[in-house]
Amino acid sequence: MTSPSPLRPAPFGSNSPCAACKFLRRKCQPDCIFAPYFKSDHPEKFVGVHRIFGASNVGKLLNEIKPEFREDAVRSLVYEAEWRIRDPVYGCVGVITALHQKLRRLQLDLTLARAELSCYQNAVTVEVPQPNFPVNHSGFFGSGAYDATEMAGVRLLDNGGGEFIGGGVTGHHRNF
Amino acid sequence: MSGSFSASNIFLQSNSNGRRRCAACKYLRRRCSQDCILAPYFHHSQPERFVCVHRIFGASNVARMLEHVPTHNRAQAADTIATEAYMRMEDPVYGCTTIIARLQHEIHKAQNELAMLKAHITIHKACQQQQLQNISGQPSNQLMFPAEEAHWGMDDNGLLLPDFSPNLF
Repeated sequence: MTSPSPLRPAPFGSNSPCAACKFLRRKCQPDCIFAPYFKSDHPEKFVGVHRIFGASNVGKLLNEIKPEFREDAVRSLVYEAEWRIRDPVYGCVGVITALHQKLRRLQLDLTLARAELSCYQNAVTVEVPQPNFPVNHSGFFGSGAYDATEMAGVRLLDNGGGEFIGGGVTGHHRNF
Repeated sequence: MSGSFSASNIFLQSNSNGRRRCAACKYLRRRCSQDCILAPYFHHSQPERFVCVHRIFGASNVARMLEHVPTHNRAQAADTIATEAYMRMEDPVYGCTTIIARLQHEIHKAQNELAMLKAHITIHKACQQQQLQNISGQPSNQLMFPAEEAHWGMDDNGLLLPDFSPNLF
């Protein structure tokens, strides 16, 4: 068993303080609760959280949470702190209010669209001769933003009509 | 001694004109001054409201946040801070971001459904147009789409919010 040698290089990153300890100007202990979540390459995350919640409150909160949930907790704290800094009056509550309003508008649009579609579906259909032109799937929807081949919910039929076959396009979630 | 203790007790219970201490100063066991910034928003009758706020944000942070807000907005700011604190106490991991993530999920679902409904409506309109053209006897080589159909279904992006996706779904 070899004795520790002062000449042996330290493990990578062991002497580098985390963003929290760097900001607080203190020694970053090996068991620092902030270190796994506030890396030194993103100091702004801790600055925001410290400004709104305070380092000791965040430390207490993280200590009360199981380790497997701490990363999510830090992400949500960073998100809340950022929004409180952006909007000191309403913070995340303003975000919730705005999202509620947006959802209500969309639900109204959905009601109107369902009613309009129902009118068409209840109309008497007439046999249409097959048109002799190629169907451009990407141009069918005008802007091309929604390619028909990617929209699993709609399938173009040979008679020029369309069939709603269910399914849907999954929304794209930008990760915070 | 007991008399001075009683006097100091009475002094701490209220200020010089008999006004009761606010919930913050009562909790922090300090004198509630006339210009206490927390007093208007943390009434002594709602001690639990300040307890939540203090546990999550800390009294000094809350006071500083309120100081940086115009006076006419402070009541609203205190209310939203208290709401966020309460949600964080209820859910220490996600706080109010749970609701945000769920709302964003519902919005994405609604947008996708709306896009598909409008696609289906466009197909029906096109069929109808084709039928009318066939009935009128005029040949047509391509379907005509109203220009306004070109931009439906796009996210208005009027709300520039980073999506919060804490792996809830």
